[in-house]
Amino acid sequence: MELSEHIKTANVEDVTLRRPFHPALRGTLCVTSHHLLFSDRKDEASWQLLILLKNIDAIEKSVENLFGYPRAMGSSGTITIKCKDLLVLQLEIPGMEECLNIASSIEALSSLESVTEMYPFFYRPSHLTLNGPWGLSSTEQYYKQTERLWDRWRVSTVNSDYSVCPSYPSAVIVPREVDDDKLIRSARFRQGGRFPVLSYCHHRNGMVIMRSSQPLTGANKKRCKEDELLLQAVIDGSELGYIIDLRSAQQAQQARMTGGGFESKSFYSHWKRIHRHHERGKIVQESLIKLVEACSDPSHSVDRWLSKLENSKWLSHVHSALSTAGLVVECVERDGHSVLVHGSEGTDNTLLVSSLAQLILDPASRTVTGFLCLLEREWIQAGHPFQQRCAHSAYSHARLKQECPIFLLLLDCVWQVWRQFPLALEFSEALLLRLAQEVYASNYGTFLCNSEQERCAAGVKENTHCLFQSLLRPDIEEQYLNPLYEPTDLAIWPSVHPQSLQLWTGLFLRWTEYAQNMEEAREEVWSIVKEHHEQAGPDRTNNTLSTHCDTLTPFENLMDELTIL
Amino acid sequence: MEHIRMPKVENVRLLVRSSSRRTQVGTLYLTATHTIFVGKGSEDRNELWVLHSLVCNVVKHKASQSGYPLLIICKNFQVIQFIIPQESDCHDVYISLSRLSRPEKYEELYCFSFNPSVDKAEREHSWDFLDLKAEYSRMGLPNKLWHVTPINREYRVCDTYPADLFVPKSVTLPVIVGSSKFRSRGRFPTLSYYCKENHTTICRSSQPLSGFSARCLEDEQMLQAIMKSNPGSRFMYVVDTRPKLNAMANRAAGKGYENEDNYCNIKFQFIGIENIHVMRNSQQKLIEVSALRSPSMGEFLTGLENSDWLRHIKSIMEAGLFISKAVAEEGVSVLVHCSDGWDRTAQVCSVASVLLDPYYRTLKGLMVLIEKDWVSFGHMFSHRCGHLIGEAKEVSPVIDQFLECVWQLMEQFPCAFEYNEKFLISIHNHIYSCHYGNFICNSQKERKDLCIKEKTHSMWLHLWEKKLDFMNPLFKPDQSQNQGLLRPSTAPYCFKYWRRLYNRFDRELHPRQSELDCLMTVKEETQQLEEELALYEQKMAVLDKERAKTLYMQKGVLDSKQALWSLPLDTSLANTPQDYIGGAPNVFTLQQGERERAELCLFGDQTKSSDADNSDQESGVADFSSHSSGEESLPSEDSVKDPDSDETGPNRA
Repeated sequence: MELSEHIKTANVEDVTLRRPFHPALRGTLCVTSHHLLFSDRKDEASWQLLILLKNIDAIEKSVENLFGYPRAMGSSGTITIKCKDLLVLQLEIPGMEECLNIASSIEALSSLESVTEMYPFFYRPSHLTLNGPWGLSSTEQYYKQTERLWDRWRVSTVNSDYSVCPSYPSAVIVPREVDDDKLIRSARFRQGGRFPVLSYCHHRNGMVIMRSSQPLTGANKKRCKEDELLLQAVIDGSELGYIIDLRSAQQAQQARMTGGGFESKSFYSHWKRIHRHHERGKIVQESLIKLVEACSDPSHSVDRWLSKLENSKWLSHVHSALSTAGLVVECVERDGHSVLVHGSEGTDNTLLVSSLAQLILDPASRTVTGFLCLLEREWIQAGHPFQQRCAHSAYSHARLKQECPIFLLLLDCVWQVWRQFPLALEFSEALLLRLAQEVYASNYGTFLCNSEQERCAAGVKENTHCLFQSLLRPDIEEQYLNPLYEPTDLAIWPSVHPQSLQLWTGLFLRWTEYAQNMEEAREEVWSIVKEHHEQAGPDRTNNTLSTHCDTLTPFENLMDELTIL
Repeated sequence: MEHIRMPKVENVRLLVRSSSRRTQVGTLYLTATHTIFVGKGSEDRNELWVLHSLVCNVVKHKASQSGYPLLIICKNFQVIQFIIPQESDCHDVYISLSRLSRPEKYEELYCFSFNPSVDKAEREHSWDFLDLKAEYSRMGLPNKLWHVTPINREYRVCDTYPADLFVPKSVTLPVIVGSSKFRSRGRFPTLSYYCKENHTTICRSSQPLSGFSARCLEDEQMLQAIMKSNPGSRFMYVVDTRPKLNAMANRAAGKGYENEDNYCNIKFQFIGIENIHVMRNSQQKLIEVSALRSPSMGEFLTGLENSDWLRHIKSIMEAGLFISKAVAEEGVSVLVHCSDGWDRTAQVCSVASVLLDPYYRTLKGLMVLIEKDWVSFGHMFSHRCGHLIGEAKEVSPVIDQFLECVWQLMEQFPCAFEYNEKFLISIHNHIYSCHYGNFICNSQKERKDLCIKEKTHSMWLHLWEKKLDFMNPLFKPDQSQNQGLLRPSTAPYCFKYWRRLYNRFDRELHPRQSELDCLMTVKEETQQLEEELALYEQKMAVLDKERAKTLYMQKGVLDSKQALWSLPLDTSLANTPQDYIGGAPNVFTLQQGERERAELCLFGDQTKSSDADNSDQESGVADFSSHSSGEESLPSEDSVKDPDSDETGPNRA
């Protein structure tokens, strides 16, 4: 079925659009295969609102039909559109039939199942070409750039046809002394084949963060020699490594009943296991739903708000994620031990904890490029099932399947780190917000599919543009940079006390009046820094602020030209 | 001195609330004004000074293995724990401190012995720094409708009011006297704020003695005159800030509220701010929550909710917003009262003023506002802050709530305030410390009788001299949305927990890098460069011949700026691990530009020494934080320059 067949009414005139904190607008509404377009034609300079249909999480419609009046006057309908970026809009559409047609088009087209029908496959901006390399880096490139790995680690292509582990990329980094056969056997002993692979090697002391899924010990306490050897090779003679199991000890025990399990002390004698309970799946998704619901009603009393905030448990998840990441960092940086992180599948909380730990530890992951590379390596290549996890957001009435906002949780945690170290990250809150939006609905192919294998099969790399590349090229937009960035080589240990963690107002209150004043403050920060730059001159070489300002100037000029054209 | 049973105890161990695992051994001294702890260590100046007047409570805990714990809980939310080896010493210190921290007479307060090396003229100058007359004339008073009445010059009509009061010109003395007799404590309606743009006023008073049916012609005339002094409107609001039930209960005691039928053209409105007792209990609960060691997220949020604190803050903010909107948007004058008109009334009038008038969002403006609405109008600082031993039931954090409302506004409008939160926290500290005479006593009359101005120093000039520390780099006075009325959102999520105040001394809870400090330095540097540039341009013009030489100098300036820039951006302290195990926090962290230098010095050394001790037992690996935090804050000579060093340290030069 062609996408256009879902569209029965493509155009409606005289539609009223209502958005929070803006006056109502009248204009024309258009539905296309992938977009909802509203244009207000009142003035010469028409204002347009373009919404990706995929961004629409839920719609609610109500129609009124006043009998006895001519159709044109008597019937109308209202569609409330709730977007995955948490914006809520209302459209008043004259004509009941048109209203219902539009609603059903939105319903059908916002929940396309087939990846190749999605908009990234049709997005062809003039300034981007499809021929270039896709993505920022690959496992091989990462290995080549990281000299400290060369001695004891190697790139294995055992998974080049994705048969050993369907959710892993084709190349992974493993201890040099472990051959591919052992990897295959270890993979059979791990859920989904996710055998332990290198996630990060610490620049200070060469200690590593590994990640995997749970071992399939089962009720009979099965063991796998090759898996044990693999982990032994990781610590290579040193006394001790830590396994951070992202489940409670009880949950890990229970997992044995369903074939899963944990690394027992007797078989992994040099590894010390620490259990930290993390919520997953549905529970985290419900937290998001509850939090967004709590934020949506400004008329609540403070008590009710605090109780809803508490009840949503969202900040508790932030708290656990940052605490466990801090624990991993403590093991690696302070105690000088290697760490293996896993939960059950190793595709969600595992990635959350390992990437947060890197942000805290590694100055390289705090630059814009470094951070995007981190996301690419630890989330996209590592096989976080984006399509399943981000199918719906906080407003959807659809029955939950595999949705879980773990990636949003990561962004929230990164935001918390930025709040506590406002000078340590090169990127700004705006980049986090952009990512929070793109992960649910995007023009780019970056967050499509659930694994590299699926992306290959769907031809994502050949037929879509890469978000990360586009964010970095040709110059990063000023708004994505932190004007106060001052790199530090040290680990940035965040405080995880509840008193120190805050609601991410930039995301959750994004569409309220609250956000507007914050925008003003952000602009003021930039203007102070720019003024300083003008005075201090460009010859301040080791001042990162100046360099950023330099790269920004030509870009702004470019923008001016565009406007004139 | 007669209260000091034990002037000196050796081998005392100091624990700080935020770091139960780390201690420092030293000597404890009790003086007439301070508790002083001097740490034993290689570094000198290893000292902690605590003013007796800041001590809220002294508690003995059960003996532990290491000795007898003594807890000192301060009004600025600092909690200090000493462990004293001998029980008898501990008891003596406890008894001495219990007495020293509960002064019976004003003369025992620190401000009467605080004696910095300034001469009489300077001290008088410090008191002249703020001039309420100038403030009223800034508002546009007196004018053809409002003038100062001489009626209270001797404090005979109302002993809790200031001597100079503005009333409508049309009101005669008998009317004022009559009205004052019909109001609790004689606090008749008088002007608090005048809006010169539309001639609207905020007036304040206490409750009327209306009982169930009493009325007073003069009082009615008084309100009528206030209403008429605003030619633009045909009615006025009377706002009773109490919950309706409380106001009704007061009627049985012969007090109450205005009957709309008796007063012409008033619109009466209850607002429902709770009384001082509710607020005291609420803050107590909040303090307990803030002091929780490693609570879960749920415990913290539930505790915050159960304290009700933010609900009260919201109700005060809403009251202020209602009044400011009436004045600015409707052009209607407002009379505000509660019971006595010195607690809720002061809060609400001053919050409304901050919302209405950008002047009060400047450093000097906030000082003047507090001086006017709180100090001069008889907010009972001595009772509310518990300066002297007395009724515990009179203590209430009324002024804390006002400062917090301002803070909440600053969070919503980051560019609208000239000052930063350090300013609010310093004011808070000094209100309780009794270091300066400003907040001693309960009324202007009492302060006059006690010769406060002759015997003590004023805080305002002291703060003004350190104003660079209190500036908000984001302040944009010219921005249109920062002009005129601020319209804060009162959505519940806009009210936040004020961590910087309540966890002020728990360093590990605060961000490790300060965006605002960094911006402030950038701004100052820019300004300096501009000035230097201007200077050099001048020189260039003059020394045209020596052009080459001038250029050479200019280069030198830029080089030296480099060093200045790197200073606040120093992130070496970033590397301080937190507690992720779930036990009590175990790490001291130091922050650039910290205020409480006295403690800082102490802990600066402590971090170094104890890190070395602890690293073995915890991991066997040297703590990376030790060298980073150690080097940046070697104690000391800063303590002279430090803005707030006097909070805890001696200021006798």
